[in-house]
Amino acid sequence: MFHWRWDFVWQILPDLLRATENTLIASVLGYAIALVLGLVLALAQRTPWQALTWAVREAVEFIRSTPLVLQIFFVFYVFPQFGVRLSPWTSGMIAIGLHYASYLSEVYRAGLDGVPRGQWEACRALNLSTGRTYFRIIIPQALPIALPGMGNYLVGIFKDTPMLSVIGVAELMHTANAIGSEYYRYLEPYTLVGLIFLAISLPTAAGMRWLEAAVRRALGMTK
Amino acid sequence: MSYWEFLQTFGQRFLEGTLVTAEQFVLASMLAIFAALIAGLARLSRNPVINGTAVVYIEIFRGTSLLVQLFWVFYVLPLFGITLPKFVAGFVSVGLNVGAYGAEIVRGAIQSVPKGQYEAAIALNMTPAQRMRRIVLPQALMIMLPPWGNLLIELLKGTALVALISVADLMFQAKQINAANYLSAQAFGTALIIYYLLARFLITPAMRWAERVVARKMGLA
Repeated sequence: MFHWRWDFVWQILPDLLRATENTLIASVLGYAIALVLGLVLALAQRTPWQALTWAVREAVEFIRSTPLVLQIFFVFYVFPQFGVRLSPWTSGMIAIGLHYASYLSEVYRAGLDGVPRGQWEACRALNLSTGRTYFRIIIPQALPIALPGMGNYLVGIFKDTPMLSVIGVAELMHTANAIGSEYYRYLEPYTLVGLIFLAISLPTAAGMRWLEAAVRRALGMTK
Repeated sequence: MSYWEFLQTFGQRFLEGTLVTAEQFVLASMLAIFAALIAGLARLSRNPVINGTAVVYIEIFRGTSLLVQLFWVFYVLPLFGITLPKFVAGFVSVGLNVGAYGAEIVRGAIQSVPKGQYEAAIALNMTPAQRMRRIVLPQALMIMLPPWGNLLIELLKGTALVALISVADLMFQAKQINAANYLSAQAFGTALIIYYLLARFLITPAMRWAERVVARKMGLA
């Protein structure tokens, strides 16, 4: 039977909290890459070139329907085969950023498609430039549609960072594994990792819901 | 080594791995659907104990990572006297994780069945169980099938993590082949393609087919 050892908890907690910092950095960095790259993938599907639209669509489908952990391995091991050496951090960020970019491109797409056609036509009739059309008319209306999805994937990316441990990024899970195999005690490290994840993801999810409401209010969309 | 030779040498192992992945997928899906139905219905209960239990289950599994849950089930649960073989620990973790996401789909679908349907069922003097089984659930099923299609693809991707507790699935075989001879692009690339084919040409069409069957049964097709 198990018994919970508080002294062991206090001994390993500083290490775990330091690793939490890496987990958060990985999440934020990965999310930043995904936000930008996702926009590129979404806009690439709105050009007049059919072939480009089709190619990007298929690529997004492929990335979305294959496991992230496999993609992480792929990036980490395949690039060196072609002479490009990537650190675990770099390959992890590429894989997770690309994976979530494909998800976010769908969110952006749904947001842009959710803006009524008449809005585009009105912009054209008013002779607004493309930039003004997007920034003043389209994006403010697309944002409330896209925001819930964007928030979900922020929490999603955070919860997927443990997969980076498989290539040796020193985030929470990696640290917990190391502690587990060093002391041969798994109860405290894995339970603490779970609790740390809960302690961050639940308030973040609540914060995102608050942000959604605030944006809708700011844009005068409250019912 | 050409790719053709690579497939001839390792095809058998990819096949074996795919089979284990398929087993994990089927078992985890069944558990996920079962857990989602129970937890989704429990979330609609007015009994605070039943409702609260469902909330705790959903929030714990949605608030932490699948990988953390998998390792917890495999390494920590034995300390509580529950030792699961790795194969079972694999699909149980994946199934319970996806079930928590599914519970929200079930709850949303049941809540979006129009109120008039409940009222009509009450007016016809149906018992609560009859009401749920004959009137509400069939209509909720129609609503929840498309999101379940997406969720099952997530589930397939989730099963790749069981390789990390050494279940010999597709991911595991790819890792082993890579470790043995460093044919990384071939090993991981082939596995990626197989996962893609499973998701795109097996799960997606199967879900479309299920949607059509349900629509026909409801007299909507």
